[in-house]
Amino acid sequence: MVIYESCAIGSGSQANNPLLQELPDPITKATWDHYVTISLKDAEALGIENDAEGRTQLVTITANGKSVSVAALVQPGQAPGTLGVALGYGRTNVGLVGKGIGANVYPLLTAGESLGYSITSGVKIEKTETAFQIAQTQIHQTYMGRANVVQESILSDYLSNPNEWNDKAPKITSWDKKVPPGSLSMWKGHEYKNHHWGMAIDLNTCTGCGSCVVACNVENNVALVGKEEVINRREMHWLRIDRYYSSEADVEDYQGLEKASDNPEVVFQPMLCQHCNNAPCETVCPVAATTHSTEGLNQMTYNRCIGTRYCANNCPYKVRRFNWFKYHDNQKFLQANPAMNTDLGRMVLNPDVTVRSRGVMEKCSFCAQRIQAGKLNAKKERRPVQDGEVVTACQAACSTGAIVFGDMNDPESKISKLLEIDHYMEVEKDGKVEKVFNHTIDKKIGNPRAYRVLEEIGVKPNIFYLTKIRNKDKDSKNA
Amino acid sequence: MQATSSVRETLITGGKTVRDVSEDISRHVENKPNRLWWIAFGFSLILFGFGFYCLAALLWDGIGLWGLNKTVGWAWDITNFVWWVGIGHAGTLISAILLLFRQKWRMSINRAAEAMTIFAVICAATFPLAHMGRLWLGFYWALPLPNTWGSLWVNFNSPLLWDVFAISTYFTVSLVFWYIGLIPDFAVIRDRATRMGHKTRAAIYNALSFGWDGAAKTWMRYESVALILAGLSTPLVLSVHTIVSFDFATSIVPGWHTTIFPPYFVAGAIFSGFAMVLTLLIVTRKVFKLEDYITIYHIELMNIIIIITGSIVGIAYITEFFVAWYGMVPAEFYAFYNRATGPYWWAYWSMMTCNVISPQLFWFKKIRTNIAATFVLSIIVNIGMWFERFVIIVTSIHRDYLPSSWSMFYPTIYDMGEYIFTFGLFFTAFFLFAKFFPVINMAEVKSIIKSSSEQKH
Repeated sequence: MVIYESCAIGSGSQANNPLLQELPDPITKATWDHYVTISLKDAEALGIENDAEGRTQLVTITANGKSVSVAALVQPGQAPGTLGVALGYGRTNVGLVGKGIGANVYPLLTAGESLGYSITSGVKIEKTETAFQIAQTQIHQTYMGRANVVQESILSDYLSNPNEWNDKAPKITSWDKKVPPGSLSMWKGHEYKNHHWGMAIDLNTCTGCGSCVVACNVENNVALVGKEEVINRREMHWLRIDRYYSSEADVEDYQGLEKASDNPEVVFQPMLCQHCNNAPCETVCPVAATTHSTEGLNQMTYNRCIGTRYCANNCPYKVRRFNWFKYHDNQKFLQANPAMNTDLGRMVLNPDVTVRSRGVMEKCSFCAQRIQAGKLNAKKERRPVQDGEVVTACQAACSTGAIVFGDMNDPESKISKLLEIDHYMEVEKDGKVEKVFNHTIDKKIGNPRAYRVLEEIGVKPNIFYLTKIRNKDKDSKNA
Repeated sequence: MQATSSVRETLITGGKTVRDVSEDISRHVENKPNRLWWIAFGFSLILFGFGFYCLAALLWDGIGLWGLNKTVGWAWDITNFVWWVGIGHAGTLISAILLLFRQKWRMSINRAAEAMTIFAVICAATFPLAHMGRLWLGFYWALPLPNTWGSLWVNFNSPLLWDVFAISTYFTVSLVFWYIGLIPDFAVIRDRATRMGHKTRAAIYNALSFGWDGAAKTWMRYESVALILAGLSTPLVLSVHTIVSFDFATSIVPGWHTTIFPPYFVAGAIFSGFAMVLTLLIVTRKVFKLEDYITIYHIELMNIIIIITGSIVGIAYITEFFVAWYGMVPAEFYAFYNRATGPYWWAYWSMMTCNVISPQLFWFKKIRTNIAATFVLSIIVNIGMWFERFVIIVTSIHRDYLPSSWSMFYPTIYDMGEYIFTFGLFFTAFFLFAKFFPVINMAEVKSIIKSSSEQKH
């Protein structure tokens, strides 16, 4: 059995931090809970049933003469015969938030091992009949072979044909030929004369750690909702990390695709409001509470929202979050969300961002308050906004630099260079072809790795993802 | 006007005279309600009260009391909304389209069917109101009212706004149409009350009938107004559910984004509406002993409409599947695959059984003229139509584009409570209607006594 420090709460020092309790584990996507990971084979042998929605049974683990009771979580890719359990839970003197979560596994540690990762052998595990539900933020394991969601390639294939995915992208049939899906539109599209904010997320460098999620929570006063509400699938995170396991099934074998392979590869995909240029949420709101800015942002006006949730239903990325209850000044959420429910807690809220009331929709704003602050500073100094001046909270928190945010209208910006944007387009004027600066939503992207999630539905997001490329040269045919 | 096809069966049986008609229908308004009525009415009030508690709790605590989540933003609320609106459609079809086509068999059933329309639309309207996160603002912000907030205006692109217009127009026209029809009958009750010496009742029904005098000129105006309103209502039969279907058809959710929805929803609406009319009338004719007015022949004709619309709906289901396969859009194909085989397969197959297979039994004359069978099947059809909306709404959004967000929907007691609330509201209103208003249009029935009854001339 491996005993490790939990990704979020560490050795237990952070067990009373609700932000970290609600931060999903990068792999299991579990929040607020303590569990022992077990391989599918062992779970079957013990008769443990762990369904997709986290319903499972408690098991008793005995080692070093001590035993604890925790929930079993079946983990794809775990070697049979091994168990994994995190430290830091079951603290007896912890405070309001961490009270009563999990069991203390320190007694099971083998003396002399390091705290971060220790191995205990001679462990006995027994199934109990007590049912338990683990609160996970994601209950489907694979991306169902949908290449329009996650694009992956291996290095040798990428080197031989960098445009592999662009060639494979679905086309739609126009009058006489097949064209890319975004090229036909009934809409006039927007023109961004000043800034055109955009983001690029590199699937290669993202480690799935989740620090962007916490940064976003803190920056934007995102409510924490607690275990029950996570089980109800109502966590409020504006930014989440989707974790997908690979599957060995064929793309048309839907049943098979639902199961992760025995030893899966994992891909992390940070998912947040894509700030679509043809935003499906904007057209359906009856009161125009969600609108498009002149700089490419999809804005949410909380004061105007009446909470029909139509926008969330019509969001293909499912990034909109509804205030099901009043999460502030509500004693029911005191344990999960002290920052909005105690006088002292309220001191940590960001004064630049509204605390949302019950019944309204919210979502990623591209840190509109930071954009505004950057623009005002530049204006005071009578100069244009410089690249790097406006940094979103998630970008600032990302230790690997996987998130790049900036002005896509600025040819010198990091994002323009990363995406290799061609800023000029040819326009026919008086019979002559002229090159003019492209202020429209359709910018020519040069980077062959750049793609937009669900490109073919034509919503034209302002967020680009860079294809994940794995180096498997050892087993590649060409090597 | 009085030409009658020789193949038509008699519409009014029992050799009724004009006087009998007034007597039979007015009796329920004039007499004290019987015990059965009190039991039914009391039960409706209990449902209403329980539902009202659930609704109040929802408004007090928030939409979180329902089982909705980040992925499934609509479930029972909009399912029930579409279901109730659909039910209302039969009333309008009977009173407007059948009037224009001069179908005399509508005359015995149109009053109750129109009442059903009005109450069903009221029930339907409670759901879009209750499902709003901030009802206290939404109920008037969704209307294009001039305001002092600068250029702030409603979003005319939104199908939800079209719904607001569609439903409010539908309700207004239906209510006026129904009331205009009631005026001569109120006058009959007033005249009888005057004769019997009931002063209060005479005064109330006089006010309700706007002092109807029965003059030839008044009748002429009445007929013209009825015809104009029928003309206005006719497009509404098609437009209301078309617009309701736009909530789904104009979205980009696989399984909602379907151009077949408008005709398919309209057919489904009439299908479920006729089933509800049957459920109600089979009970009403028994309780109020109106078997001579609402005959087996009426029931049979309505059952034939159920076969037709049920078959249209069945074809629509099959067409959807064909297009999902033929269209080669993977997300769309998966949505339909998931409908039939995914976690909600039971809802899908309940819908198929109740809506497509069961109405086919009405091809047998024995079944479509059997009251017990019709009663059971009419309820089964409405169960099926509820599942149809549930399947469309929930199975489409619970698994859409990004598998990371796929989730399940589990209803809570409050989801059920709000549905029960509308049942309580509907039946309370319907029983009050049945007691205080003439449940059959006396004026119109009298007009066909000569041509379509068993009366000897």
